[in-house]
Amino acid sequence: MAPLAWALVFALVLFSLYTLAVSRGEPVNAMWLVTAAIGTYAIGYRFYSRFIAERVLGLDARRRTPALRRNDGLDYVPTDKWVLFGHHFAAIAGAGPLVGPVLAAQMGYLPGTLWLLTGVIFAGAVQDFLILFISTRRDGRSLGDLIKTEMGRVPGVIAMFGILTIMIILLAVLALVVVKALADSPWGAFTVFATLPIAVFMGVYGRYLRPGRIGEMSAIGFVLLLLSIAFGRTVSESALLAPLFTFKGETLAFMLIGYGFVASVLPVWLLLAPRDYLSTFLKIGTILSLALGIFIVWPDLKMPSISRFIDGTGPVFAGSVFPFLFITIACGAVSGFHALVSSGTTPKMIGDETQTRFIGYGAMLMESFVAVMALIAASVLEPGVYFAMNSAPALIGGTPDAAAAAISSWGFAVTPETLSGVAAEVGEKTILSRTGGAPTLAVGMAHILSSAVGGSAMRSFWYHFAILFEALFILTTIDAGTRVARFMIQDLFGAFFPAFGNTRAWAPNLAATAIAVSGWGYFLYQGVIDPLGGINTLWPLFGIANQMLAAIALTLCVVVLYRMKRERYAFVAIAPTAWLYICTLTAAFEKIFHDDPRIGFLAHARKFAAAADKEQLLAPAKTLAEMQRVIFNDYVDATLCAIYVTLVLAMLGFAIRAIRAARAAEHVTTRETEDELHDLQPARA
Amino acid sequence: MNCTICSLPGLDLNRLARKLRDGAKLMVGQGDYDAYVAHIRARHESAPIMTRDEFFRARENARFGAGGERAFRCC
Repeated sequence: MAPLAWALVFALVLFSLYTLAVSRGEPVNAMWLVTAAIGTYAIGYRFYSRFIAERVLGLDARRRTPALRRNDGLDYVPTDKWVLFGHHFAAIAGAGPLVGPVLAAQMGYLPGTLWLLTGVIFAGAVQDFLILFISTRRDGRSLGDLIKTEMGRVPGVIAMFGILTIMIILLAVLALVVVKALADSPWGAFTVFATLPIAVFMGVYGRYLRPGRIGEMSAIGFVLLLLSIAFGRTVSESALLAPLFTFKGETLAFMLIGYGFVASVLPVWLLLAPRDYLSTFLKIGTILSLALGIFIVWPDLKMPSISRFIDGTGPVFAGSVFPFLFITIACGAVSGFHALVSSGTTPKMIGDETQTRFIGYGAMLMESFVAVMALIAASVLEPGVYFAMNSAPALIGGTPDAAAAAISSWGFAVTPETLSGVAAEVGEKTILSRTGGAPTLAVGMAHILSSAVGGSAMRSFWYHFAILFEALFILTTIDAGTRVARFMIQDLFGAFFPAFGNTRAWAPNLAATAIAVSGWGYFLYQGVIDPLGGINTLWPLFGIANQMLAAIALTLCVVVLYRMKRERYAFVAIAPTAWLYICTLTAAFEKIFHDDPRIGFLAHARKFAAAADKEQLLAPAKTLAEMQRVIFNDYVDATLCAIYVTLVLAMLGFAIRAIRAARAAEHVTTRETEDELHDLQPARA
Repeated sequence: MNCTICSLPGLDLNRLARKLRDGAKLMVGQGDYDAYVAHIRARHESAPIMTRDEFFRARENARFGAGGERAFRCC
């Protein structure tokens, strides 16, 4: 019976994918995408993750986990697996799986879907699961620590440095997404600003009025948020208030930089923690409502399955399907950052190591489904509207007429009236060139949610709700991330100057925070003034960085499998590692050396240098000094790519050395925590 | 509480509500206070026990404190 049922599921997946692929011209229902996704996840979980759990790793329920061995009632606590699943999922889900697929939709929904599904089954979920397992068997130690003990001190330091630079780029690109969403939008800017006093009020409430009542303070905060969205409309329509909350991108960038600095040095209970409560619950709630919305409405996908832009000439990001689709989608298929979460708090709370399969592999499947929903939300828009929102002004001009003409000439018919109409419906002056993915997702979500609740009258409310939801949790990542980066900087430099590493002294705290903030602030500002939108440059850099971190984490998994003498099964980690090395190295080389100035940093620098020699100005530069700065930025970006390449190639070298040593050894060489109880009993076959 | 669904075998609404509450709290870094108290009572009888408020603050600081990898969240 069971084999028959699984064969049926498999047939259903194939049929859904077939339906998605063959439709030419007419819209396909999102039902087929959802069916293909859920069916694939079910098969992957039931068969592949079980194979990894039982054959590859030999998970053993009798082996005592760190939570049991070191139970302290605080960090190390055996926790119910459903509760822990929620904790782990909330930690890995963020803006990445939402933004990446929206950008990738320029190639049509099919390429994105195929990579999201294959990527998660064979790479992303495998990475999360293996790292969680490896850390659980080693006292819940962190990724940097694990690399140090399994591969050596130098690779450990390299990995730590890599994590820091990746963090900086991540914060810059996320901040850029917020800037793009809030620029020239008084409604959006007002609601996001309103979250500051709301969070401070919650902080005071939870500290002095009713200590520790998270539920109460979050409920109050949520009601205040809804009121601020409602009042935001009044602000945007008021001649007096609207100009106060209408900001240019540059202004917003400096405000964000200042915010990141202040928020990460203030006492955490005042701003950081209450924002975290609000954004975490809002994130989970909104993800659930989007799922519910899709299941009620079953919208049609208006985007073609494969668009003409698979040739690499698309306006949203430059470069062809390989390697750039895999770089752009990032988090929903495989995300290096998850390796940090999987070696963070989760392994310290697992009561039974067989649960690493459900939590590590399972939570990543759910993250992939979030990415699938984002892809659906982007694909329910008219393609003309999608491209109007995601193309830079340099390509489509600044008016609905010019934009409609340009986009129609690409083969996506759209009228100026449609473009103005969509803007009016969501309560914005314009939707042109609202790049960065967040506004597109918000329009798509507003479309789906208003079809479920409230009709078109509620569309502008849902749009600003979606913008607020994204901005809120991105800002929470920015302030918490700046704080983490600060500690990493103090840790790294503290090795050379011990005084700098003192996290309780004010001077080093402020200095390290300033370094962190100016690091991501530099890239943010560079992105904001970029005439091609900035996302074009920064998102690929972030994608490369994130996927390279995944490559590093998976390399560790390969090494550990060899040291466990499980090389027979090492292919489960080698295959995704090899693929990530091929993708990221190709992408990094193309970003540096490609002849097309839209792709290659050096080509772009040459183009500007040639123009500067003839004393010509190219946008965005307005003076020759600005021309020089553009060229300088290109070299900075190219250098950063080169650093990433060096990092992963070095890791590859260390990995090969470690694998040869492991093969030469006759015994298991990996360093798991000894388990007295376990050693007394024969291992289960 | 006499409806048919609530009395279905295997469905324990109190347990479900407790799990949802615990799950929501752990998402923001707040562990189970009762489990902490039970642990200290059982293993370290003489050790002082934090009050509920102290526990809350200690967890909040731990989440965002030095070595703040606890607050790592993804992109």
